[in-house]
Amino acid sequence: MRKSTFLILSFLIVMSMVLAACAPAAVATPITITSAPQVVKETQVVTQVVPATPAPVPLTYARNETLYTSGTQWGPPSSWNPFNGGGYAMGTIGLVYETLYIYDPLADKFIPWLAAQDMKWVDPTTLEIKLRDGITWTDGTPLTADDVLFTYKLADPNGDFKAGLNFAGLYNFLSSIDKVDNLTVDFKFKANPAYQEVGFYLWQTPIVQAASWSKLDVKDITGGANENGIGSGPYLFESHDQDRQVLVRNDNWWGIKAFGKTPGPKRIVDIVNGSNNVALGLVLQGGLDLSNNFLPGVATLVKGGYGVQTYYPEAPYMLSANVAALIINEQIKPLDDVNFRKAMAYAINTDDIVQTAYTGIVKAADPTGLLPIWDKYVDQDMVAKYGWSYDPAKAKQILADAGYKDVNNDKFVENKDGSPIALEVTCPSGWTDWMASIQIISKNAQAVGINMTPAYPDYGPWRDAQLKGTFQLSIQNESQMSSTPWSYYKWVFQNPIANIATAQYGNYGRYDNPKAFDLVNQLNQVKVGDDAAIKAITSQLQEITLTEYPTIPLWYNGLWSQVSNAVWTNWPSSADSANHYLPASWRGYWNMTGIEMLLDLKPAAAQ
Amino acid sequence: MAKYFRRKLLIYLLTFIIAVTVDWCIPRFMPGNPVDLIISRAGLKGSAVSQMYTFYMQAFGLDQPIWKQYLNFWIAIFHGDLGTSIFLFPSPVTKVILGAVPYDLALLIPAILTSWFAGNNFGAFAARSKRLDNTLLPLGYILTGTPYMWLGIVLAWAFGIAWRIFPIAGGYSFAMRPALTLPFIWSLFQHWFLPFASLFIVQFGGWAIGMRNLIIYELEADYSHYLAALGAPKRLVRKYAFQNAMLPQLTGLALQLGVIVAGALATEVVFSYPGIGYLILQAIHNEDYFLLQGCFLFVVIGVLLANFIIDITYVIVDPRTRAGMQGGAS
Repeated sequence: MRKSTFLILSFLIVMSMVLAACAPAAVATPITITSAPQVVKETQVVTQVVPATPAPVPLTYARNETLYTSGTQWGPPSSWNPFNGGGYAMGTIGLVYETLYIYDPLADKFIPWLAAQDMKWVDPTTLEIKLRDGITWTDGTPLTADDVLFTYKLADPNGDFKAGLNFAGLYNFLSSIDKVDNLTVDFKFKANPAYQEVGFYLWQTPIVQAASWSKLDVKDITGGANENGIGSGPYLFESHDQDRQVLVRNDNWWGIKAFGKTPGPKRIVDIVNGSNNVALGLVLQGGLDLSNNFLPGVATLVKGGYGVQTYYPEAPYMLSANVAALIINEQIKPLDDVNFRKAMAYAINTDDIVQTAYTGIVKAADPTGLLPIWDKYVDQDMVAKYGWSYDPAKAKQILADAGYKDVNNDKFVENKDGSPIALEVTCPSGWTDWMASIQIISKNAQAVGINMTPAYPDYGPWRDAQLKGTFQLSIQNESQMSSTPWSYYKWVFQNPIANIATAQYGNYGRYDNPKAFDLVNQLNQVKVGDDAAIKAITSQLQEITLTEYPTIPLWYNGLWSQVSNAVWTNWPSSADSANHYLPASWRGYWNMTGIEMLLDLKPAAAQ
Repeated sequence: MAKYFRRKLLIYLLTFIIAVTVDWCIPRFMPGNPVDLIISRAGLKGSAVSQMYTFYMQAFGLDQPIWKQYLNFWIAIFHGDLGTSIFLFPSPVTKVILGAVPYDLALLIPAILTSWFAGNNFGAFAARSKRLDNTLLPLGYILTGTPYMWLGIVLAWAFGIAWRIFPIAGGYSFAMRPALTLPFIWSLFQHWFLPFASLFIVQFGGWAIGMRNLIIYELEADYSHYLAALGAPKRLVRKYAFQNAMLPQLTGLALQLGVIVAGALATEVVFSYPGIGYLILQAIHNEDYFLLQGCFLFVVIGVLLANFIIDITYVIVDPRTRAGMQGGAS
């Protein structure tokens, strides 16, 4: 038995050597096949004349033409439908389907994409969108005003489809969409439209082809897999398997002419993550060019000569993508007491979380919770007046002054009526960074006399408790960077309270403050770019968050991004000489300048 | 003989029905509603939410009474329809599982068989050999006590990252398209090797120790002493001891199957290797009733089938079973 095993093994080893010797030759041949223009011609020929001959797709992708990414897909690719919000394959929106505008959060700028020019309000209630001339779908037909009209009308509650898509909110203030000419669409709004929200939808809504989508019924539009859909973007879906999604460059993409730039990689292979450990291994092996995984301890990789680069060369290494806040259930005692919440804010040692749980790769949050991209809206006087920092002595003092005393000598304070306090702070099981964070938070709370313990339910029940309002304390980071701070304040002050379970976006603690709700609506109605008005309104909102503590902003979760310069260079970074796009492949980030990063990528050898 | 198999089949059928029922129950006792999860991930707002909610509840049949959901489950099983995955919406569960199962079979069948054969042979060889007993068997104890997860991480680190001999993720090279070519098959093998090795090593240790202890026990049995007293060569005595010791090991294999499947799950997660292991993990996190049920159904069918095969093998290798059956029949 053992003899035969050895025989088999040695045979395999010999085979391996033979094959390893063959391997470079096997790689070399396809390179000659894949010279770009040739492929395009041949695919066209194939579709028209001989369907029996498959397009010349190489068996092995040349390394210097391929970009390997990861950090977006956590299961086998299963949907290529741009309306399948959180579940579509990497790149569906941004690389395959495109939006009218893309948004640059670092420069706070809308960049016309399918649209030909900046957003133009003809009058206070009419937005005119002009499309670029010469954009084509991948089937060769032109992308026109009809497609834009069709896409936005999908969500019309009185239209043909009534599809519940995420831009359906537009219809709260939209009165009609009209085609002016083949390349022009007018959006007509009711009085006082929510300009901020409109802007938000313009860079988030993927435009789909009217000709092919109009044949689908509403179920397939919202829930179909759309496996061989026709897009307009710089990449096409090529193949997929259990552990990967492969995209190939669209060499007929309109942008090549319009921007004078061709996306660097011929192919993008997005790797499905089993775990972040595997991503770390792949980064070390040089098998990943862009990893958008959370890799704790990345500082040592950046400094240790592993060829790994992050956006900042120093702490915090990562751009800030969203704010992680302690969310508080304001419906229960003692969390309904503003003084108790205030004591918690002073009790938490955020720097310890940043250093211990995150090894310094995140930034402590501003007390306002506004992301660094919204620094210009932070009212510094207000922060100086009401802002807080870690101060356990003060936290104890606040509790004592508010009447929370330790009645039964268990070292923890009791409710004012003498009943014991036992709070639970939760995060999903397996989210190791958050688990470490809530351990620190509980320890900090206990140190000032608040009986708090961490708990780690599965993601499902954890999420359910927020929607139903049955949690006590938890961490949430749903509010991402976006074109408007309205999206952050909408998250903090989601209302009406009765709709929180269905709105599924913020205010899970059911904080009720009509004045704040009204201010959020006012903020929504500020014109895009009117920074003074935004500042005036957000300043009032900041006063509310700083004195009422509806949530306690703790740290900014990073735009996790580890890139390698081995094969591709010219990555975004904070350096003056570099570009400042977002180095991200996450859903919703290609249309926040991620795509521009691809246009600027250069093969390492060419430099 | 027929009676024996009829009785066995009945037992398997009952086990199957109970297992499927439990399988159906478990995810439904989990707290939370999976549809809420999908909608929250889609980032829907306002009226769109209730619309989508109704749509998904109907699409998944969750709006029906519980008894009807149970009945539908059985009907669907016989149609090969296991519902739609929630985690991998809108893929049908059958498609998801069929995509993953080849990897599981390719991993499990060779790992189980080779470790069993190699472990038993090595155990028999090591028994009563002082030097091996003192050196290699303690190693066997350590191996069999090793968690699959931990060994997997060590192997991945050593062979994948430190020495870079093997890849650490994926079913085949990320730079390849599946094709029937030698480089592709080689790539499949390379990616398969470490997950296989981690399963093999842990199980190998267990079987080797089990066999070594059984052989020692058998060598102390009266028939061995009698045989030795008759002057039979040592090899012959050991051969008989080995044949007798095989039987409990065969039963052990049947009992171990479930554990091995669980080990494969951990291994697949560590090596990011395709298969139902990772799917089960994600199905639990995402409250994907249908995917979870489908995966468990596959595991149940697999383990029952393997047990049945072992039952048949038992009849072949153990003459006593055959004799017993004949006695029962007459």
